[in-house]
Amino acid sequence: MKRATLFPYVIWMALFIVVPMLLVLYYAFTVPTDAGATWSLDNFSRFFEPIYLRVLGRSLRLAVISTIICLLLGYPAAMVMAGNAFSRKSVILLLFVVPMWMNFLLRTYAWLTLLERNGVINVLLNALRLPNLNILYTESAVVLGMVYNFLPFMVLPIYSVLSKIDKGVIEAAGDLGANSFRVFTRVIFPLSVPGLVSGVTMVFMPALTTFVISRLLGGGQFTLIGNLIEQQFLVVGDWGFGSSISVVMIVLILFSMAIMSFFEGEEKSVALW
Amino acid sequence: MSEIIVDLKSVSKVYDETVALDGINLYIRKNEFVTLLGPSGCGKTTTLRLIGGFEQPTEGKILFEGKDISTVPPYKRRVNTVFQRYALFSHLDVFENIAFGLRIKKLSEKVITEKVHKMLAQVNLEGFEKRDVNSLSGGQQQRVAIARALVNEPEVLLLDEPLAALDLKLRREMQHELKSMQKQLGITFVFVTHDQEEALSMSDTVVVMKDGKIQQIGTPVDIYNEPTNAFVADFIGESNIVDGFMRKDYLVDFSGSSFECVDAGFAKDEAVDVVIRPEDLVLIPAGNARLTGTVSSVNFLGVHYEMIVESDDGMSWLVHSTLMEPVGTKVGLGLEPMDIHIMRKESPA
Amino acid sequence: MVKFLKRSYVYLIFAFLYMPIAVLMVYSFNDSRSRGMWGGFTLRWYVELFQDRTIMSSLYSTLLIGVVSALVATIIGTLAAIGIHNTRGIQKKVIMNITYLPVLNPEIVTAISLMILFVFARVRLGYLTLLLAHITFNIPYVILSVLPKLRQLNKHLYEAALDLGSTPTQALWKVIIPEIMPGIITGMLLAFTLSIDDFVISFFTTGSGVSTLSITIYSMARRGINPKINALSTIMFTFVLLLLIVVNVRQAREEKKGRNGKNGSKRQVSSLGARLGGV
Repeated sequence: MKRATLFPYVIWMALFIVVPMLLVLYYAFTVPTDAGATWSLDNFSRFFEPIYLRVLGRSLRLAVISTIICLLLGYPAAMVMAGNAFSRKSVILLLFVVPMWMNFLLRTYAWLTLLERNGVINVLLNALRLPNLNILYTESAVVLGMVYNFLPFMVLPIYSVLSKIDKGVIEAAGDLGANSFRVFTRVIFPLSVPGLVSGVTMVFMPALTTFVISRLLGGGQFTLIGNLIEQQFLVVGDWGFGSSISVVMIVLILFSMAIMSFFEGEEKSVALW
Repeated sequence: MSEIIVDLKSVSKVYDETVALDGINLYIRKNEFVTLLGPSGCGKTTTLRLIGGFEQPTEGKILFEGKDISTVPPYKRRVNTVFQRYALFSHLDVFENIAFGLRIKKLSEKVITEKVHKMLAQVNLEGFEKRDVNSLSGGQQQRVAIARALVNEPEVLLLDEPLAALDLKLRREMQHELKSMQKQLGITFVFVTHDQEEALSMSDTVVVMKDGKIQQIGTPVDIYNEPTNAFVADFIGESNIVDGFMRKDYLVDFSGSSFECVDAGFAKDEAVDVVIRPEDLVLIPAGNARLTGTVSSVNFLGVHYEMIVESDDGMSWLVHSTLMEPVGTKVGLGLEPMDIHIMRKESPA
Repeated sequence: MVKFLKRSYVYLIFAFLYMPIAVLMVYSFNDSRSRGMWGGFTLRWYVELFQDRTIMSSLYSTLLIGVVSALVATIIGTLAAIGIHNTRGIQKKVIMNITYLPVLNPEIVTAISLMILFVFARVRLGYLTLLLAHITFNIPYVILSVLPKLRQLNKHLYEAALDLGSTPTQALWKVIIPEIMPGIITGMLLAFTLSIDDFVISFFTTGSGVSTLSITIYSMARRGINPKINALSTIMFTFVLLLLIVVNVRQAREEKKGRNGKNGSKRQVSSLGARLGGV
């Protein structure tokens, strides 16, 4: 009886998760001919043309840069929050989560207002008689948008691991004569690796696949892999090529997840989700 | 004796590869307080769940008043259960928890109120009707669980380690209360526990189980005084168990000497287990004793001392006595023939 | 002193996170089209916002799809969670892995795969396809909110209901569902929020003039800055803030009740993170 409750979901799942994924694979591995479709790897070989490899390269580069910046900004923040600098930790944590709940497009749009030629930042700079900052519609703006949108995903998992470290462990390390730098490198950092790895994953993945940030803040001239997929489906109408790029993206993500879970040690990756 | 209400006929239960119950036969009489006793994994809870209807036997039959109910679902059995950790419905208050079964039966509001209040009085919880069950203490939750089951007026009440989560003092109180409730209501209780004291103090009949098999069925006195094998002897109370040989009827050898005993019917020189309760060993002067040793530890337990005596052949004997000899004293151990219990070695399974 | 530096650092990060939103909110009251200048206080943009047909109709679509998809996903997801909870072995693994697929997959992949399905099956892109897509990505979050609640349940609860005379169906409706209600409600709120927040999947699965708020914002933002969006942002941020406070108060109350909702909420934050991160 209780198992029967699974029935509607299984059908839904098959229809709207499994079948669509199979369709993507089908379109990626076939090309249309006069006599219907034939199996082919043409869509994939096209992806290796220089123009598209450059798009892939740019996507990877911007995603890596954003991830590194998030890590550099986020790790210290997570450490401070997990320490005893604040008495009401839950409030501080909530303050970190709130902006994530703001509509993603509006968050990105907000930077338009700030970065514009006559925007708030430049008005302030003018008032201070400093040179103007014109980064809107450049790679820098795209990276800024990524960092802004994904920073909490770096901070929260690291925080969650750090706050679980037994204070006794750190004291014990201090007791045994380690100074605070060594306590960090020998004790805290190794213990925080699982959080760090999931933080990196949670920033890198969306940064790699976004098409909205690049479209709004990059002004359309900075095509990323996400934009390429969007164009194939909504502008060009080449589903085969679009599907093959999607498959490449999934493979890339599976690959980086495998690397991550290698660093993370086995079962912890499950724990975070 | 009154009539049989539940009858398990060579019942087995197998999960995947593991045998939880191995062909047990057990009948339970009306108004009887039966306790299933044994270490964890012995099959006692499985037996209870089979009677409750939460499991179905792999082999054998379960009869209820003579009718086969092996495949009848739990909601059609005239049996109710008090679960381990109570399983109270936390979305309902105390009144509604107790009223649950009555509402399922669609009784009138007036009857329900009447019955629930009567039950609340029975378990000393008057005035708790509107309380959230999570706000109750362990003992109070226990009472709600009992009331919730009893209000349905079952023929048999099944209790699965109901007192395990309570502290010792509360547990004693509840043992008395349960026992008197059972007498007063005249309902058959089947009680599962791993606590031998609890089993001995509450039951009419104790069923000792191990590895899915019944080891012994009897009154508490029988089980304590006449355990059928070394396992039962060891599990029920403390025992000294040593290897021995039956030289002939009424004569057993152990610890390097021959002792008179009251058992007969063994083969000549058959290897046996010799079981002696610690309170049956008496401290006597070392000089004229067949069993001698040195006191190696003394523990004062209030009513008596618990001493360990290392005998000269390397055995350790547990002795309970109101007299005490200091550590290092050479003592003799005296014992009467009727206190020597001879048991056949368990055949290797 | 060190403490002061540490705090200042976190406050700086907060400034970075909140400044754009704050600027947006302040400028929604600015009576000047040029963004740099302050032209005095006005509610003009709010008035214009509510007079804008496109925005109002997309708001209506967003709420309609949000409510309906959250309800349907909650029903299917709750039943599914109960089923999954009682499934073991390989079957359970397969189902859970497929359930995680929309959570882990980049949103754009889920989006194009659904678009291909709808076009392939010749379903006209519009309300129906939007609704089907939203239900699809909402179900996993309902399942992930309800499953921890089921795990916390006393495993004998269902048996206790049967023991007291209820049939399996009665036991489900009178005991199991009420007991896991907090998880179901959290799941439904989560589904609703995710639905109204979604852009990527809606963008690919809509058609013929049906537009959600996110899609409208996107097309307006592509054309540059529009003070009406500022006004809209202010309203939406306030709304989300209120919703978040309600959810948090609920959770805090539950934790006080002695149940450990903690695992549940942690899971939620991280799965939510994964979801929002998929943009």
